[in-house]
Amino acid sequence: MSNIIDKVFANAAKFIAIGVLLLVAWIFTVLFEHSLESIEAFGFSFLTETKWAPNLEKFGALPAIYGSVVSTFLAMILAVPLAIGVAIFLSEIAHAKIKTPVGVSIELLAAIPSVIYGMWGLFYFVPIIRDIFGGIGISMLTAGIVLSIMILPFMAAVTRDAMNTTPDILKESAYALGGTKWDVVKDIIIPYAKAGIIGSFILALGRAIGETMAVTFVMGNVHKISADLTQPATSIPVTLANEFAEADSGLYYSSLFELSLLLLVISFTIISIAKFYFLRRKRIGQ
Amino acid sequence: MTHTQKRIVTNKIIMVLSTLSAVIGIGFLLWILSVLVINGVDALSATIFLNEGAPPGNENGGLKHALIGQLLLVSYASLFGVPLGILAGTYLSEYGLKSKLAETIRDISDIMMSAPSIVIGAFVYAIVVAPSGQFSGWAGSIALMIIMLPIILRTTDDMLHLVPSTLREAAFALGAPKYKVIIQVVYRGAKAGVLTGVLLGVARVAGETAPLLFTSFNDNFLNTDMSQPMASLTVTMYNYATSPYEDWQKLGWAAAFILSMFILTLNILGRLFLLKKRGK
Repeated sequence: MSNIIDKVFANAAKFIAIGVLLLVAWIFTVLFEHSLESIEAFGFSFLTETKWAPNLEKFGALPAIYGSVVSTFLAMILAVPLAIGVAIFLSEIAHAKIKTPVGVSIELLAAIPSVIYGMWGLFYFVPIIRDIFGGIGISMLTAGIVLSIMILPFMAAVTRDAMNTTPDILKESAYALGGTKWDVVKDIIIPYAKAGIIGSFILALGRAIGETMAVTFVMGNVHKISADLTQPATSIPVTLANEFAEADSGLYYSSLFELSLLLLVISFTIISIAKFYFLRRKRIGQ
Repeated sequence: MTHTQKRIVTNKIIMVLSTLSAVIGIGFLLWILSVLVINGVDALSATIFLNEGAPPGNENGGLKHALIGQLLLVSYASLFGVPLGILAGTYLSEYGLKSKLAETIRDISDIMMSAPSIVIGAFVYAIVVAPSGQFSGWAGSIALMIIMLPIILRTTDDMLHLVPSTLREAAFALGAPKYKVIIQVVYRGAKAGVLTGVLLGVARVAGETAPLLFTSFNDNFLNTDMSQPMASLTVTMYNYATSPYEDWQKLGWAAAFILSMFILTLNILGRLFLLKKRGK
């Protein structure tokens, strides 16, 4: 009897675990199937065409791709130095009494839903951008800044974790030789934890590019490519969030599915690079 | 300036810059938190919990529909996502071990944890909403369940792995079949850790908005029928905050406050469980 239960339990567990793999394969297949109509209609020009006009049944994804790239790039430029600063502060500067509360609150802030960052951006940050740069305040620049603040806690926490993997004995040896804190950071911690730190940044990049709610509030969903960062713009997730529930034709839907597939492939690639190239998984314990 | 002096000055400059960036970063985050608390507490009242949505301009509007909808969406997602995730995690830790299959499942789950959630919404739209012809609570719950699954799977895997193998060996030596060893020894040993994983998984999906936008959609009134469109705190918050009406915006802040407190509480509880376990 217990032999049978044993087999059932083992196989059920295996079946569900494999199911997770199949689910991911299914997601790719379904998105691809639903993109076919758009792929057949536009082919490669979907990626290079700048006109997104649902009423004319013309769909070009370049403005959304441009918006995703530029807003994420802005967010990274702003967040990376701050995250490094916070991580150095937490691992080398802060007194033990400050280290734990600040570290924990940063981790908790990483758990706050992104929709809240978006709402804060809309009510408190948009007016500031409007006052400084004119216009309506809803813009690529606003989106980049709000996005950078949203990914900062996650980025700072994983960067600090990467830095903390440096064995104390290495750091202590450097201090014993008369190294300053900066010497230790630059010559010991950064060389030792380089892969982990870069991996953390790329992982944050992978998250930022797929982030929807933090930017949807403040970007404007305007399908135009403009070099002026204070103009409204759009990104792939912003387009999806704004238009998916309202699409009214097969081709429109199909184009949105192709955007989803594109976004999934881009994030999958970025996160895989971070995971496989920089962050080898270490199992805790044993 | 001697070399030593130069090093000392550089060190001072970098230390000041690091501290400054920590202050700026934490300052921004404190700003967001205080905005959330001030606006949220200001908008809180008993009517919010007692009344359903109302047209703009009506002062008696509440969030009851969104609170109950959110509860249903997250509960159903957890009802299926938690046991499936734990079982799959059990396979990885107890049966799959370091096999190629188990390692692949771990890698793919790790990637899925950071994958854009709005894409999951599009997937569920294609497999549930489009065939059934309407937005529904079920579609929303399924989307949340898919997002939750890899999180619970990976934490369960890691937490079961922490249980010393001598415990398993002792149980095997007494003649216990494997499933009994897992359920009575391994699960018991990893209880706090698995619970933490579940709490973090639930907290994560409770804050999701993007995958609900076109699955469970929204409803301004109370609906408990999972086959109909259903309000959630997050989508309600998005709709109310982007509306031009002040009383709706105020309700949006109340929703933001309630949701954040709920999520922070789950996160803190999860941490406490782990701490308590480590303290033993």
